[in-house]
Amino acid sequence: MRLWPTLRLSINPKIMANDTIFNANDQRPELEPVGYETGSLTGVFQELVFTVDHKKLGLMYIGSALLFFVVAGLLASLMRIQLAIPGNTFLPPDVFNQSFTMHGTTMVFLVGMPMAFGFANYLVPLMIGARDMAFPRLNAFGFWVFFFSGFLLYFSYIGAPGLYAAGSAPDVGWFAYSPLTSSAFSRGHSTDYWTLSLMLGGIGSVATAINILVTVFCLRCPGMTLGKLPVFVWCMLVMAFLVILAVPCLSACQIMITLDRYLGAKFFDTQAGGDAVLWQHFFWIFGHPEVYILIMPAFAITSEIIPVFSRKPIFGYPVMVAAVISIAFISLGVWAHHMFCVGMVSLANAFFVTSTLLVAIPTGIKIFNWLATMHGGKLRFELPLIFCIAFLFQFLIAGLTGVMLAVAPFDWQLSDSYFVVAHFHYILIGGLLFTIFAGIYYWYPKALGKMPHFKLGLYHFAFFTIGFHLTFLPQHFLGFLGMPRRIYTYQAERGWDEWNLISTIGVAFQAVGIVFFVANLIYSFRRGKKAGDDPWDAWSLEWTTTSPPPEYNFATLPVVKSRRPLWDAKHPDDPDWKHE
Amino acid sequence: MNAAPAPSSADWKLPSPRKLGIISLIVAESALFTIFVVAYLFYINKSLSGPLPKDVLEFPLLSSLALFSSSATIFIAEKFLRVGKRAGFLLWWGLTIALGLYFLYCTGREWSHLIVEKDLTICTNVFGTTFYSLVGLHAFHVIVGVLLLAGIWISSLHNALLTGHVEHVESISYYWHFVDCIWIIVLTVVYVLSVQATP
Amino acid sequence: MPAQAVSPPSPALTKVANIFNPHSGPAELILEPTYLVLLVSLGIFLIVTGLLVYIVIKFRQRSPEDPLTEPPQIYGSYNIELAWTVIPCLVVFVLVLVSARTIVEIQDAPMPENALKIRVVGHQWWWEVHYPDLGIVTANEIHVPTGSEDGTRRPTHITLESADVIHSFWVPQLAGKTDLVPNRINHTWIEPVSPGVFLGNCAEYCGTQHANMLLRVIAQSPEDFAQWVVTQQKAPSIPTEPLATQGRRNFYALSCVNCHKIESTPAEGVFGPDLTKFATRQTLGSGVAPRTPETLRAWLANPASLKPGCYMPDMQLSPQQIDALVAYLETLN
Repeated sequence: MRLWPTLRLSINPKIMANDTIFNANDQRPELEPVGYETGSLTGVFQELVFTVDHKKLGLMYIGSALLFFVVAGLLASLMRIQLAIPGNTFLPPDVFNQSFTMHGTTMVFLVGMPMAFGFANYLVPLMIGARDMAFPRLNAFGFWVFFFSGFLLYFSYIGAPGLYAAGSAPDVGWFAYSPLTSSAFSRGHSTDYWTLSLMLGGIGSVATAINILVTVFCLRCPGMTLGKLPVFVWCMLVMAFLVILAVPCLSACQIMITLDRYLGAKFFDTQAGGDAVLWQHFFWIFGHPEVYILIMPAFAITSEIIPVFSRKPIFGYPVMVAAVISIAFISLGVWAHHMFCVGMVSLANAFFVTSTLLVAIPTGIKIFNWLATMHGGKLRFELPLIFCIAFLFQFLIAGLTGVMLAVAPFDWQLSDSYFVVAHFHYILIGGLLFTIFAGIYYWYPKALGKMPHFKLGLYHFAFFTIGFHLTFLPQHFLGFLGMPRRIYTYQAERGWDEWNLISTIGVAFQAVGIVFFVANLIYSFRRGKKAGDDPWDAWSLEWTTTSPPPEYNFATLPVVKSRRPLWDAKHPDDPDWKHE
Repeated sequence: MNAAPAPSSADWKLPSPRKLGIISLIVAESALFTIFVVAYLFYINKSLSGPLPKDVLEFPLLSSLALFSSSATIFIAEKFLRVGKRAGFLLWWGLTIALGLYFLYCTGREWSHLIVEKDLTICTNVFGTTFYSLVGLHAFHVIVGVLLLAGIWISSLHNALLTGHVEHVESISYYWHFVDCIWIIVLTVVYVLSVQATP
Repeated sequence: MPAQAVSPPSPALTKVANIFNPHSGPAELILEPTYLVLLVSLGIFLIVTGLLVYIVIKFRQRSPEDPLTEPPQIYGSYNIELAWTVIPCLVVFVLVLVSARTIVEIQDAPMPENALKIRVVGHQWWWEVHYPDLGIVTANEIHVPTGSEDGTRRPTHITLESADVIHSFWVPQLAGKTDLVPNRINHTWIEPVSPGVFLGNCAEYCGTQHANMLLRVIAQSPEDFAQWVVTQQKAPSIPTEPLATQGRRNFYALSCVNCHKIESTPAEGVFGPDLTKFATRQTLGSGVAPRTPETLRAWLANPASLKPGCYMPDMQLSPQQIDALVAYLETLN
C-alpha cells in the first residue's frame, strides 16, 4: 500500500471544474480508487485526508461541526449546572468564564459557520447541476484550515497553562471587548490562542465562501439562470457574499489585537489615546453580518423543505430572493444596535434603531411567504417538515424579541441581560439548529442512501423541543428581572432561583434529544430502509442522481427549464416553465 | 410567461471561475483594508504624544510614481503575452517587478528613517500604530504581488508560459492593479489628509 | 467611641429588580415604548401563530394512501405580498417614532440646577463613588435623595468612568444601562420617586468577578439624605478602645494603606475602596456579603473565600490581628 496516494485530481483532470464540464454528452468512466485499500480503516482515513470531492468535504464539515457542537453543548451543560441554584460552587469563576467564551466561540465559528459550509458544499453543486465546486483543492484547504483552527482553539486548554505558563482557555467572551484582551488584563497566552485560531479560521472561511460564490456563478448547468436557482442556492450565495465582506473585518480586528499584544501597538490601549469603543464598532461590523451568515442556512433549508412537504412551489420566489438579499444588505448597516449602552449620541442611537427595525420587514415577508407556501398544500408530516414548523414558531418568537431589542430604550434594560441570551438562542437553536436537524433528516437519504428512522426522530424532536423551551423561555423572564449575562453565580431571593432551576432542567431534556438524534444517525445508517434516488418526491436536481451520488454527480449534465426541473419531468403535461 | 426553449450547451456562457475568484478575493481584501483605513482616519489627531504626521512624513513621490507606472507596464506586458511575443512580455513584466521592488526599497528606507532618526515606532503613539499597520499591510501585499509576478516571470523564462495561461496572468495583474488602487487611498489618507489635518 | 449619631433608618430593600416595577425617571420613561412593543409583538405573535396552527391543521395530508394528486400549484401573488410588506412598514414607522422620542427624552433630558452630581468610576470589581460637590467618597453603595414632598424634583446626574476595562451601570428599577468605558465619560441620571434600596449589577463582562460586581442605590428622603451627608462629611474619630486602637495600628503597619484610603489619616491608597465611612455601608466586597463582624472576619482572613480572584490579597493575618482590624473598621462610621 502506498502511503501517499495519487490525488484524484491528477487521475482525471476533467473531473475538475473546467470548461469541458459543459459538454452534456460527455460520458465519464467510473473512477477507480487508486493507491489505497478501500474498506480498511487506513483507507477510510486516507480517503478523508486526501479527498477534494465536494460531497465528502461537505459531510466532513457537517461531521466536525456536530463534534464541536457536542463539545460546546457539554460546556453549556456545565454552566447550567453551576447556575441551577444560587451561590453554587460547582465551577470556579475562571472556569465558568472560560466555558462561556469557548462555548460562544465554538458555536459561532466551529459549529454555525462550518455547518453552513457543509450544507453549501454538499448541495450547491448538486442543485445547480455541477460536478464539483469551482476550486476543489481550495475547498479541501478551507476545510482543513477550519478543522485545525478548532484544534488550535481547544489546545489552549492544555497548551496555555502547561507549556507556556499562562492562564488556560480564553476567558474574554466571544466578542472579547477591549481592553479586556490587552496584555495588561489578559496575561499569558489564552487570548492569543483565541486570536490566532479565529484568524486562521477566517482564512478558511473566506476561501470556502469565494469557492461557493464562484461555483454558483460559473458552474450552473445549461438553463440554470440566476432566476431559476433554488432558493437554497440563493441563500448560500448571499451567505458567501456576506462572509467575503464580513470575515476580513474580523481578521483585521485580530491582526490589531495581535499587534497590540505582541508589538505594543496602541489600537485599543486606552492609556495611550486608544479607543475601547472602536473595537466594538469593528467587531460588530463583522459580528452583525455574521449573525445573518449563521441564519442563512436556516432560510435555505426551510425554503427547500416547506415546498416539498406542502406539495407546492415556494410562494413568491422573486420576493423571497429579494428579501434574502435585502436582509443581507441591511445587515451591513445595523452593527451598533449591539452598542446602545456605550453612550452614542441620541441621533446615532435613533439611526440604528431605524436600520435594525427595517430588518423586520423582509424577515416578516419570509415568514408570511412560507406560511403561504403551506397554505392550500397537502402537508406531509415527515421529520423535516416537523422540525421546520417548529422553526417557524421559534423563529417568530426570536424575531419579535429581536424587535424588542431594537427599540433602544427597551434595549437599555435588556442589553447584556439574560433576555439577550434567550433571544439569540431562540435564533441559533430554535431557528438555525432546528433547521439543521430538518436538513440532516431531509438529505440523509441522499447522502447515505438510507432513510432516517421516523420514530427515533420523533423522540428526538419531542425531547429536544421541550428541553429547548424549558431552557430558554425562562431566560426571557430572568432578563426582565435584572439578571445580567455572563455571571458565574448569583445571590438567592432575587427572583431568579426558580427560573434558573427550570432552565437547567431543560438541558437534560435537550441532552436526551441529542442522544436520540445520534442514535438515529447510527441506527439508520446500519439498519435503515434503502432510500432510492428520490424518496421525498422532491423537485430539485440533487434528487435526479443516485443516492449517494457518484463522485461525478451526474453522468449526463442536466439541462433545466424551470425552478423545479423534476416537477417538469414528473408532470410533462403541466410543466413549471409555463407559469414562471 | 412564454415557454423558455431549452438552451443548448453551446450558447450557455458563464463567467470564468478564475477571474471571478480573484475579484472575490479582491473584495475580501478591500474589506480588510477598509478597517485599517478607518482606524487610521479615526485616530488622526488622537495621539497623546509626538511625533505627528506633519513632523515626520514626506510625500513619497518617486515610489508612488514607480508603483503607478507599474500598472501601465503590466498592462503592456499582457498585450505581448496575448500575441505570443515572449521577449516583449519578459521585458515589460520584468520592468513591473523592478518597479515593485523599487517601491519596497523606498518603503524600507522610509521606515528605517522614521524608526532610527525620528523615533517613531509602532508603539510610540496611535499615529505610529495606525501608520505602520496600514502602510505595512499594503507593503505586505506588494511583497506578495512581487512574488507572484516573479513566479510568472520565471516560468516564462523557462518557456513554460503558454497562451493558455493568459487567464492566470490576467488574474495576477488584477491583483497588482488592486494593490495599486489601494496605494492611491493610502497615499491620500496618510500622506495628504493626515499631514494636513495635523494642527 | 461608639456610634452616637443616630443613622436614619434604612429604607426597605427591594430584592427583585423587576424592570416592570420602576421607581425612577428613566426606567419609567422606558416603560412606555416597552409596553407598546410588547403589545405589538403579542399581536403579531397571536396572528402568526394562529395562522400557523390553522394551516397545519387545515392543510394536513388527510389520506396517506393518496399521494398522487398534487394540490393546486400557486406560484405567488404580488398583491398579497405587497400587503404583508406595507403593514410591517407601518408598524416599524410607529416604533421608530416612539423609540426616537424616548431616546431623546432620556438621553438629552435637561438637568435642573439643583441636580445632585455624582461621579462613578468602575474598577475590577467594585464601584468608586464620588460626590464632588459634597466632598464625599464612598464605594459600591450610592445614596441619593428622592424628590421632596412639596414636589420639588431632585434628580441625580451620574458621570460614569472606568479605571480599567468596560463595565456597565445597571439598576433595573431606576434606569437602563450605561457603560463605563475607559478613556471616555458617559452620563446617566436617576430620579427615585420614593425611598428604597435598589439592587443593580455590573452588566458588561469585565473579568473574573464580574458576577460579584454588585451595586445598590439607597434612595432617601431629602431629610434623611442630608443627615447621611453630614455623617459622611465628619472626619473619622480616633478609636479609644484598646482593641480598636490595636486594629488601627495594624491597619497602618500591615500595608492596608497601600490600597485603601481613610480620610484625614496617612492612609492614602487608591487601588481599593475608600474606607473612611466603611461602617456605614450595608455590604462588603462590592455586595458579595452583608457587612457583619463575621463576614468581615472571613473577608480579612481570605478575601478569595468570598470572592475568588479578587485583587485584595490574602494578607496572612493572625486571628488576633483580624479581631483588632474588625474592631477598628467597625468604628469607621
